[in-house]
Amino acid sequence: MKEQTTRAMWWRSPSFILDNRQQAQPYDTARGGALSIPPPPSTAMADPNPNPNPLTDKISAYYQTRAAHHGVVSSDWLAQAQAAVGHIPDVDDDAANSDQGAPPGEPFSVIDEFNNWRKQPDLAEAVAAIRALAAVIRNSQATTMMELEIELKKASDSLKSWDTTSISLTAGCDLFMRYVTRTSALEYEDFNSAKTRLIERAEKFGEISYKARKIIAMLSQDFIFDGCTILVHGFSRVVLEVLKMAAQNKKLFRVFCTEGRPDRTGLRLSNELAKLDVPVKLLIDSAVAYSMDEVDMVFVGADGVVESGGIINMMGTYQIALVAHSMNKPVYVAAESYKFARLYPLDQKDMGPALRPIEFGVPIPLKVEVETSARDYTPPQYLTLLFTDLGVLTPSVVSDELIQLYL
Amino acid sequence: MDARRGSLPVPRVRQVGFFTPNAQPAPTRSQSGPPDSSSPPLSDSPASNSLSPVMIPPPRHHSDNLAAAPRPTSPLPVPEPSPFRRRGADNNNALLVGSYNPAETLLAMSPSSSHVGDGESEETMSGGWFRRSNSGKLASSLPSGTFDFSPVQSTAEALKPNKVQNPVGISVLNNTILAEVSARPAPKEQQPEAPSSSKQPKPKLTKAERRALQESQRAAKAAAKAVAAPEEVATIKSVKQHQTQKKDAPQVAVSVAASERKGGDKSQEKERRKDAPAPRMQFDDKSRVEKAKRRSVVDQTEAKKRVELFRHLPQYEHGTQLADLESKFLQLDPMHPAIYKVGLQYLAGDISGGNARCIAMLQAFQQVVKDYSTPPEKTLPRDLTAKISSYVSFFTQCRPLSMSMGNAIRFLKNRIAKLSPSLSESESKSSICTDIDRFINEKIVLADRVIVQHASSKVKDGDVLLVYGSSCVVEMVLLHSHELGKQFRVIVVDSRPKLEGKALLRRLVAKGVHCTYTHINAVSYVMHEVTKVFLGASSVLSNGTVYSRVGTACVAMVAHAFRVPVIICCEAYKFHERVQLDSICSNELGDPDAIGKVPGRMDVNYLNDVSNSGNLQLLNLMYDATPADYVSMIVTDYGMIPPTSVPVIVREYRRDHLLI
Repeated sequence: MKEQTTRAMWWRSPSFILDNRQQAQPYDTARGGALSIPPPPSTAMADPNPNPNPLTDKISAYYQTRAAHHGVVSSDWLAQAQAAVGHIPDVDDDAANSDQGAPPGEPFSVIDEFNNWRKQPDLAEAVAAIRALAAVIRNSQATTMMELEIELKKASDSLKSWDTTSISLTAGCDLFMRYVTRTSALEYEDFNSAKTRLIERAEKFGEISYKARKIIAMLSQDFIFDGCTILVHGFSRVVLEVLKMAAQNKKLFRVFCTEGRPDRTGLRLSNELAKLDVPVKLLIDSAVAYSMDEVDMVFVGADGVVESGGIINMMGTYQIALVAHSMNKPVYVAAESYKFARLYPLDQKDMGPALRPIEFGVPIPLKVEVETSARDYTPPQYLTLLFTDLGVLTPSVVSDELIQLYL
Repeated sequence: MDARRGSLPVPRVRQVGFFTPNAQPAPTRSQSGPPDSSSPPLSDSPASNSLSPVMIPPPRHHSDNLAAAPRPTSPLPVPEPSPFRRRGADNNNALLVGSYNPAETLLAMSPSSSHVGDGESEETMSGGWFRRSNSGKLASSLPSGTFDFSPVQSTAEALKPNKVQNPVGISVLNNTILAEVSARPAPKEQQPEAPSSSKQPKPKLTKAERRALQESQRAAKAAAKAVAAPEEVATIKSVKQHQTQKKDAPQVAVSVAASERKGGDKSQEKERRKDAPAPRMQFDDKSRVEKAKRRSVVDQTEAKKRVELFRHLPQYEHGTQLADLESKFLQLDPMHPAIYKVGLQYLAGDISGGNARCIAMLQAFQQVVKDYSTPPEKTLPRDLTAKISSYVSFFTQCRPLSMSMGNAIRFLKNRIAKLSPSLSESESKSSICTDIDRFINEKIVLADRVIVQHASSKVKDGDVLLVYGSSCVVEMVLLHSHELGKQFRVIVVDSRPKLEGKALLRRLVAKGVHCTYTHINAVSYVMHEVTKVFLGASSVLSNGTVYSRVGTACVAMVAHAFRVPVIICCEAYKFHERVQLDSICSNELGDPDAIGKVPGRMDVNYLNDVSNSGNLQLLNLMYDATPADYVSMIVTDYGMIPPTSVPVIVREYRRDHLLI
């Protein structure tokens, strides 16, 4: 009965309907594809990927995942929604298990591996991708280095095309390829030891990426002083980690959380902070300028850090940075280094669009257009510092790091 | 990306570009520009942090600067216009050398004038506000101390530290520097052993720190001691020859103290000196100009009336040299005909544009190398280098070299010097020729192709692109984007007197690109419909300053004001490690009459009879410097980079440029 009501209420939500519509199809195709013809591993990766986010309506899978993990539909639905969200993956898990709880000889799909990792809300998408790619190396049946590299390349390409809207996914895959394959050890050793070496490097990279959040939290502690007021926007796991550590260090500070429309991820953050006994105040997104004079610093996460040193982040970050800049408040960005992407947007429209549905609560007339972009670009001149696992960087160092890494 | 820096409990703020990490304030610090004015002054003393070794001022300022107390750090680490120009207040006396009155308006145009207000408020804070009434504007509109109205003295003094340096260091200075130095009339302070006595090497200094320390100590020494020893020049010279001959062998210590002081740093020091740009000729130094004239091949009459502020730049009566040089053709026996031809083409303006000039020069050199045979009792590397140097000075007399050409010459000389002595003459020659070919191919042709790929990815359907003047890379970008079938419109902005845009316009229209043509006067009018600005560059300097055709800065600033992204297309071989804050210190003067006359308009003749009048000076500048703030992106063969990353490219790839 409980199940029934949950379902019923959940279904009422337009976002769920949309989610469902998008997810049902790909999962079906994925399952169908996996069941009908188990293709040899290499072609499985070359396949047009089994779970493309529907490119037709360009809804960003990245933001779908985020909403599923961190979004809040509304306070009284929260528990039920989580139950529902928790339930659906369970079904999928079962399905996945029945599908490919197969012996290890069965075809290995990087996408499935990635999706398995991705279900952990704590694990960033890029780290999931990195783990999945490491698994590719481990499960590979290639016998030469070249073969393995091609296989890895294909896997990373299929991952990247799985969700073209996710910057960190693309950047993480690229960085992984760079980090893993750029070792001189590969040249002289025999294949097996080279492969072990690759796996070692891959795991190390995964480990580093996993620990990045802790490092960032440690680095940023010195910037949070007693009695300060911090404005945060949306839900960022890194920012949460930073604030958590600050609270554990007995720092006295209060936090202003924006609401983070449309998936209201800010509410989630305020919940988490309230659990830590940090004084929190919720603001609607449009109250940022109103409360900026009380704020001592702005803390935001990032979906991607681009070559100019600017960030791409959830919609609203740009305007917060503008307001903060005009009021001379520092804007700090907490971002792991695997989010450094080789992109250089010149302005807001100079990016691949990432769209997501927005509910307004009331029906919107058909003639009215709705801006559904999920993210914006904040140019580097509005950012003060970036906290990354490479250290505390000024925006201009990002390009330095990228040049050293890619050229 | 591994955690190269490990886990860091202490946050460190890293900045790109020039800065000496944790450098202690040295007495010689009077001038510094932050590499990126938007980077926050978080560290204790930003001014000292961003000091570039290139910009260590002449010692004459150092007493002023000791007086300047360290400033308190701004409490808010928020990007703001850099307050670093305030030191000017303390330097007023030094700045008032020379005449600045006639160029008051020009000064106001200089990029730093945007910080006037800021500079004033900072002065108030420092308690020096009372000075503002007389010279505050001047002080704040000049980058403090860097702008030197008596360039002669300053170069002479700036040279001193180099000279005072131990002989080992100087041994690698290239011929031109040495020639100039030894040609200097005044006896120099010489102090070969000096650094060894005072140097207390600290264990964990970084290279930059060590360098800053050295320079400051050297400067202090030079100011304190004045031991005239002209003979030592000769000594050094002989030492130098001695040293260069066994370049590859480990350095024999000239002075034991020096060698143990320097240790492993020596070779680095050596390379650094080699890379350091030669001091440029200052054309308001009469004695030196005389000397240069005696040596020169081209007999040029210097222009009589020159704008006071630009006296340090060469300016000749146009039209006189060409005929003169042509008549001399048969007398100039040491000059290779290919060199001669290219030189004449430079002079006549038949070859223009950075890439074209550079390629023409390199091909002429290639021809020279092909026809070269080593004279008896000489070695190829040394003799050929000397020959090329003489050709370069010929080119310089025809038209001042561009920075890209300087880089190419550096590359060529480096290749010649690195030739293996075991190679036979023909092998060496063919190796040099292939090197030149590779340079042209990899650094110019392929680089252009990569730039075109990158830049055209930024051209979207429906774009309105504004271009200024005529840059071959930008033209290639436009044509390539057009070939890709992108729908865009081009606004070609042009300016007198060269009107290079017309040629570009013609080529674009011929390919079917939708174009609009206008003059720079209307740039603010057309800018509102523009979506992107594409500009070429003659050179990009380490602080991100773009050195380009005059008018570029104006276009970039207007675009910035309209929030239109400015994209600079420039090959990486044109990057230069020099820093320039204005377009006065280094520039090129064109024919002054060109701006007074309007071709084809007989009725615009107002200047015909006035041009001989004593109180009229015409100024036709060729280049200007666009500050990095107005540049959104630089497209180069290494990809798309922000202007703050230019020093990274210069630092990481300079070896590449020299070695390919």
